[in-house]
Amino acid sequence: MLRLEARPVPSRLMGYAAPVIALAITVIFGTLLFVALGKDPAASLRVFFITPLENLRGLSEVALKMIPLLLCSLGLAICYRSNVWNIGAEGQLVVGGVAAGGMALLASPDSTRAFFVLVLLAGMLGGMAWAAITALLRDKFNANEILVSLMLTYVGGLLLIYLVNGPWKDPKGFNFPYSKTFDAAAMVPKLFAGTRLSWGILIVVVVLAAVWIFLSKSKAGFRLQVAGQAPLAARFAGFSAREGIWASLLLCGALSGLAGALEVAGPLGQLTPQISPGYGFAAIIVAWLGRLHPGGCVLASFIMALIYIGGELSQSRLGLPAAITGVFQGMLLLALLTADTFIYYRLRRA
Amino acid sequence: MSETAARLALHGVSKRYPGVLANDNVSLTVAPGEIHGLIGENGAGKSTLMKIVYGAARPDSGEMRWNGAVVQPSSPAQARKLGIGMVFQHFSLFDTLTVVENVALALPGKMDRAQLARDIEAMGRRYGLPVDTAQHVYSLSVGERQRVEIIRCLLQQPSLLIMDEPTSVLTPQAVEKLFGTLHQLSSEGVAILYISHKLEEVRSLCSRATVLRGGRVTGVCNPREESVASLSRLMIGAEPPRATGVARAAGADQLVVDHLSMAPLERTGKALHDVSLVVRKSEIVGIAGVSGNGQNELLSAISGEDARAPAQSIRIGNTAIGRLSVVARRALGLAFVPEERLGRGAVPALGLDLNTLLTHDTGLTRHGLISQAAITTLARSIIERFGVKAAGPAAAAKSLSGGNLQKFIVGREVVKNPQVFVVSQPTWGVDVGAAAQIRQEIVALRDAGSAVLVVSEELEELFEICDALYVIANGRLSQRIAVRDATIEQIGELMGGASGSSGVEEVQHAEA
Repeated sequence: MLRLEARPVPSRLMGYAAPVIALAITVIFGTLLFVALGKDPAASLRVFFITPLENLRGLSEVALKMIPLLLCSLGLAICYRSNVWNIGAEGQLVVGGVAAGGMALLASPDSTRAFFVLVLLAGMLGGMAWAAITALLRDKFNANEILVSLMLTYVGGLLLIYLVNGPWKDPKGFNFPYSKTFDAAAMVPKLFAGTRLSWGILIVVVVLAAVWIFLSKSKAGFRLQVAGQAPLAARFAGFSAREGIWASLLLCGALSGLAGALEVAGPLGQLTPQISPGYGFAAIIVAWLGRLHPGGCVLASFIMALIYIGGELSQSRLGLPAAITGVFQGMLLLALLTADTFIYYRLRRA
Repeated sequence: MSETAARLALHGVSKRYPGVLANDNVSLTVAPGEIHGLIGENGAGKSTLMKIVYGAARPDSGEMRWNGAVVQPSSPAQARKLGIGMVFQHFSLFDTLTVVENVALALPGKMDRAQLARDIEAMGRRYGLPVDTAQHVYSLSVGERQRVEIIRCLLQQPSLLIMDEPTSVLTPQAVEKLFGTLHQLSSEGVAILYISHKLEEVRSLCSRATVLRGGRVTGVCNPREESVASLSRLMIGAEPPRATGVARAAGADQLVVDHLSMAPLERTGKALHDVSLVVRKSEIVGIAGVSGNGQNELLSAISGEDARAPAQSIRIGNTAIGRLSVVARRALGLAFVPEERLGRGAVPALGLDLNTLLTHDTGLTRHGLISQAAITTLARSIIERFGVKAAGPAAAAKSLSGGNLQKFIVGREVVKNPQVFVVSQPTWGVDVGAAAQIRQEIVALRDAGSAVLVVSEELEELFEICDALYVIANGRLSQRIAVRDATIEQIGELMGGASGSSGVEEVQHAEA
């Protein structure tokens, strides 16, 4: 019989090394998977991890995927550090996208070029409103935020489907479930010609700095984290537990909503039945892989973006099924959870 | 004493944990029927040594002999099979199970509950440990819980009984009863290993004692032939200084609790019934009582962690504070040191510098951003002024010893010169030197004009530093008693709840 035994002193070094080890395990198992599927492992890994970075177009696509992943993971890092288990960033992203899309549909060819700012603000408010439902139910009725935020994700997805099939369907769209494409004024301006990259990336850099300062320097961020780490100490100090729930969820909602807005007013340009390939869920892995630290989230969202792009490329070039992206995400999460467990425990023969 | 006669003999036992040598070449013998004291301050290695004897830890070197034969129990179950029983300082009972169910869980094999209940009652009668076997444990007083633990141990007919700080939760009267039981056991040949840091108790109970300091044996003696002073020299290498101060005439009422009645927040908590107390400027008022009698509930109502009290029922000066937030009460000059240091008084994983932010509201932030320079300076000044042993201002709170962390937490509040200072169990688990220093700081604060409220289980401590006392029992507070008129016996009687303290009544109060 084997059993897990708590380590007397968990290693700090392993705390940082665990994500790297998890990544290595994922690559090893990925290689075995390619072999089992009869593909040349070296060539397959190359398609997955190197090819996307070989030219500007590939790099810009990776950066484009990083934007929603990083925004959602920063919001989730705030939640998890506050001990608020929000797993509904996906729903907050979708509803943010819906709100942004609704605003964008109001734009006309005469609108000012700054109209896109309203679109982004609408997205943030939409995400916050969605997250506020979770906060309200947790605060008033002590409802479990894991279940509420997760289930609201599906409600948000259905709301989007209803809108693009009903009131917001483009009348000239040959009955496809799409909204009309947004006017140029509603779109986030492009950064470079020839790529899909927009000003969104600059906004993300500003948000990253702000979240970093909030978590490491601000009294408000300190209060949230004390509430997360030591609820009794927070009560002793007079830091409100309600503030922790509301602030962390609203911040995460705003950031996820912004991610949704940047998607619909960026690469998508209209509302479609699916505006996110699970960015909000992948961001949960990103947040933990990045050790709930803003800097770590940047690195982790890069890796996760690479898996998304690599997954797309391996469909077209290697003929692998679309599920390959999910398989790699799942392996990474499982390896990380296992590695994290071994930071605190060791295996002993009972 | 000859080697073969010893019930338990330890020779050269050493045990190292990462960074600390917990036991260093420790030897100790206990004869059948002997009550042997094991004394030493917090962190001296007493618990580690007992874990080794009880099979919960393995020594790195050294040998253990049991009735002359070398043994090394590898689990508490094996130790129990040898005939070693242990009553822990922190009880290991399930609150939601009855007494008989708790005992049944600890005994091997299946058994007849009714027969077991009769056995428990018989054992209780024999040793003066009455318990109601059908009661749920959560409804028992602390003394009754300890009786259940002892009976559970005795049913396995141990020939060595280890008692770990058994009196820290008992009233003086209950302590006397316990000693009667222990004497009876020893007269029947049971060896008793009695762990304590209370020297008076060891002197009255034990015929021989082993003193530990820093993991080593610093003396084996007959404590009856020693004085408290000579024992504490063995224990800490010096005599603890007594707190001294110049009591001034007490001034105006500063902290007033006025007919406060309150249901508990948690189901297992105690309701407060018509509690009234007054702490005046320049005086120290103590609240004595066995823990779990409403101290936590009263202190949370005063600190603001529980802000459900009627506004007028708690006042600072003339301001009604019953409904105010913790922060608003702090702004009025209230400072509070809670009983739990890690996790409540301080955030374990954060540095001392960041921990100052818990209770200092001004001067440490600018535009909402924490000033690292300001918190470092504040933490360093507390460390220096109160002699806190820490790696630096950024050392994590959990890296400090209990005594040093308590000095830091007390210091963090004292530097604010609070008008009202409320402190719970100021020296619990703190080494003797640090305890003396903390008491001295409390007295100095009083001399500087603060109104101080001290909640403590240590009667000697309260008698040493307080000007007046209240006693709490079953959520009710006694009349105010001037310390110069009080006797330990009188306080002890009140602690037992002069109005009756059976477990049944306690439950009814709690649910009322």
